[in-house]
Amino acid sequence: MNEMHPTPRTYIINCVALLALLGLTIAAAYLNLGPFNTVVAMLISLAKGGLIALFFMHLRYSKPLIWIFAGAGVFWLGIMLVLALGDYLTRGWR
Amino acid sequence: MTTATLQAEPQPVARVARTYLNERTTIASWLLTTDHKRIALLYMVSITLFFLIGGAAATLMRLELLTPQGDLVASDTYNKLFTIHGVVMVWFFLIPSIPTVLGNFLLPMMIGARDVAFPKINLASWYLFMGGGAFAVFSILSGGVDTGWTFYTPYSSTYANGHVIAMATGIFIAGFGSIATGLNFIVTTHKMRAPGMTWMKLPLFVWSLYTTSIILVLATPVLAITLALMALERAFGVGIFNPSLGGDPLLFQHLFWFYSHPAVYIMILPGMGVVSELITCFARKKIFGYQFVAAASVAIAVLGFLVWGHHMFVSSQSIYAGMIFSVLSFMVAIPSAIKVFNWTATLYKGSISFHTPMLYALGFIGLFTIGGLTGLFLASLAVDVHVHDTYFVIAHFHYIMVGGMVMAYLGALHFWWPKITGRMYPEWLAKLAALSIFAGFNLTFFPQFILGYLGMPRRYHVYAPEFQVLNVLSTAGASILALGYFLPLGYLLWSWKYGKIAGPNPWRATGLEWTTPSPPPKDNFDTTPIVTEGPYEYDPRATEAELRAAHA
Amino acid sequence: MPEIALAPVEHQFENAEQQREAATMGMWVFLATEALFFGGMFLGYTAYRTYYPEAFAEASRHTLVAFGSINTAVLLISSTVMAFAVRAARMNRRGLLSILLLVTASLGTAFLVIKGFEYAREISEGLLPGPKFHIETSDPVHAEMFFYLYWLMTGVHALHVTIGVALIGFFALRAWLFDAFRDHDTPIDLLGLYWHFVDVVWVFLFPLIYLAGRHS
Repeated sequence: MNEMHPTPRTYIINCVALLALLGLTIAAAYLNLGPFNTVVAMLISLAKGGLIALFFMHLRYSKPLIWIFAGAGVFWLGIMLVLALGDYLTRGWR
Repeated sequence: MTTATLQAEPQPVARVARTYLNERTTIASWLLTTDHKRIALLYMVSITLFFLIGGAAATLMRLELLTPQGDLVASDTYNKLFTIHGVVMVWFFLIPSIPTVLGNFLLPMMIGARDVAFPKINLASWYLFMGGGAFAVFSILSGGVDTGWTFYTPYSSTYANGHVIAMATGIFIAGFGSIATGLNFIVTTHKMRAPGMTWMKLPLFVWSLYTTSIILVLATPVLAITLALMALERAFGVGIFNPSLGGDPLLFQHLFWFYSHPAVYIMILPGMGVVSELITCFARKKIFGYQFVAAASVAIAVLGFLVWGHHMFVSSQSIYAGMIFSVLSFMVAIPSAIKVFNWTATLYKGSISFHTPMLYALGFIGLFTIGGLTGLFLASLAVDVHVHDTYFVIAHFHYIMVGGMVMAYLGALHFWWPKITGRMYPEWLAKLAALSIFAGFNLTFFPQFILGYLGMPRRYHVYAPEFQVLNVLSTAGASILALGYFLPLGYLLWSWKYGKIAGPNPWRATGLEWTTPSPPPKDNFDTTPIVTEGPYEYDPRATEAELRAAHA
Repeated sequence: MPEIALAPVEHQFENAEQQREAATMGMWVFLATEALFFGGMFLGYTAYRTYYPEAFAEASRHTLVAFGSINTAVLLISSTVMAFAVRAARMNRRGLLSILLLVTASLGTAFLVIKGFEYAREISEGLLPGPKFHIETSDPVHAEMFFYLYWLMTGVHALHVTIGVALIGFFALRAWLFDAFRDHDTPIDLLGLYWHFVDVVWVFLFPLIYLAGRHS
């Protein structure tokens, strides 16, 4: 309706960025970064997911309410992972 | 047929008001309806049937527990009975009860809408529920399941007999019905409110349905995938839970309770919303601290997701995780207590009348408080070691589920029955039922606190002889409770046809649903209402003055 | 009432804008549900990878990274095309919309075909968990666990892709034959959201499955 919408240019740039990040994550996986391999891979995935959500899913142009719903899914996923891993990571502690 | 005659000769029927009940009367018009009020009634009939199944299982269990020996049923049958009771009561009665029956009926009317946002999805949710129910009933009839409603692995996924997969499929399908309901309520609350109906003017019942829906859409999918994983493990012998496959059985418990603890709040939050409506109406008083009661619903919904590990204190979960979960569990007491205190403060200096719905509401407050406080015992790590898996736990959650939720459901049913049917229920019979339910309930479950504290474990059909007295008391209470449940079943059906005509607002209650005729027309309101005042504009002094004038 | 004949407004809504916003919000709520549905499997993966990092790294090296990388690119490009399709629907360009939807559906199909070849090769190598599972690693039990999670998560994802392809193809036909979305592009919008979500899930699956142990 009256909301702003991305231009074809934005979509193309977004696509190129996503493919570049794909290349980057593959390349990074073959370098030995120790424990940071996983961190880097997940950060790149978050960036890619963020780009898709912001531009392809129009989150950047959406009302705050939609942000809240998009955020709620991520936040609750976080609750599940953090509290469950809180058990797994501390089971060996004495 | 009927519709044809209606259209052919409009004159004779013009005197009878067009309501959602008589607008069309074919069976197809019910089974294919997208009217939220008719869907509510479809749900009401269905969950009543499931309640009878779950209640029958409970009756057999209580009969068996009359004596210390296993003389009525074998241990295997007993295992199946408590599984049937748990599964049916949790997923096919308690979870749907208030949201799908009263929520469906009232939510659009309370916010001044013609229907929910997605009426077809609403109907689909009922079919999903019934489809899931069909699987569950099939599983029961073809031999049952003996895992308990919790389906703990690796027992359920490897060793258990019976139709575990059919039962899990049933719950899986019914779960998507829950999600559809939750999704509908969230969008309806956001997008369908009448002009002027701001968030701070919403009835507290709407707040509670909204927060319940958040739990429904965010927790139920996790249950779905968990049961699917369990069923796959059982069907194909590959999976992630069985230690012999390199798995960790506790992962199942984490996933299961990530849903099933919040599910407790799915069951109790709508009940809390109902109590807020009943207390204000029958005390003729504005709710005390509206914002706090509303915010407490949100807090309970969110905090409810952070405490699931308290079911796993003795399951070899990390002790550090246990400590965190224990502290978080204590925190849920804060918003719950806010609600109880605010209801009590609402009663203060109110003009209180003891109609049946009010009896249920007051019963709820007392029993919920007992259930909640005993929850704190269970949330403490050390005490839980002693009472874990005993009748103490059984008594605790039945005080919440039956003493809280079922009381609220019955209270709500009586309160809105005149709106649903246009008829009043017989008051003295209803009071008798309410009192026998309250008495029967306490007699059933209070002895179980003592039994559990003395060490009687749950889920056994034989027990040490010294526990017999308390068990006989409990069974005696259960029979009073059962009688109390059958009474409303009878007189509500009777009143549908023969009850006194209620009129649009027999309780002189506030709220948009009371501004429309009883039973309401298909589109609820003739014109979209415009809301200018808060939800509970009652005046206790004026009521007192009226009463004095009437009795002078 | 707006002057342009907009979408038919269903009886429960006051106007087309309310209808559109409700539908969009409903889709986002559904996607939050989906996120938690996948979340259960992601938790399983994370817990076991934390416990058995070596077994997971070794097993991950047995996955076919070329297939996975190409498939990621295919999905990312299909998402881009879908974004253009949503734009075409908004601009009421029926021909363009049908073509872009068909391209998206074809790319989705390509993803499934590539995945199918990958699955076939893995079955022939004995990487399907079950009695015939066979792998040369130091911890075959947890390697099997990795592959179970791999099959499960990619399988559920592929199911979502299949549903997406079917819907996109169906919508393409409706646009082409009946001009179904003229002044009524909400369904295309929602379809786009779903398709992008499926893409996001894959974006997270890809490194977890194919890249977990590549560096050593």
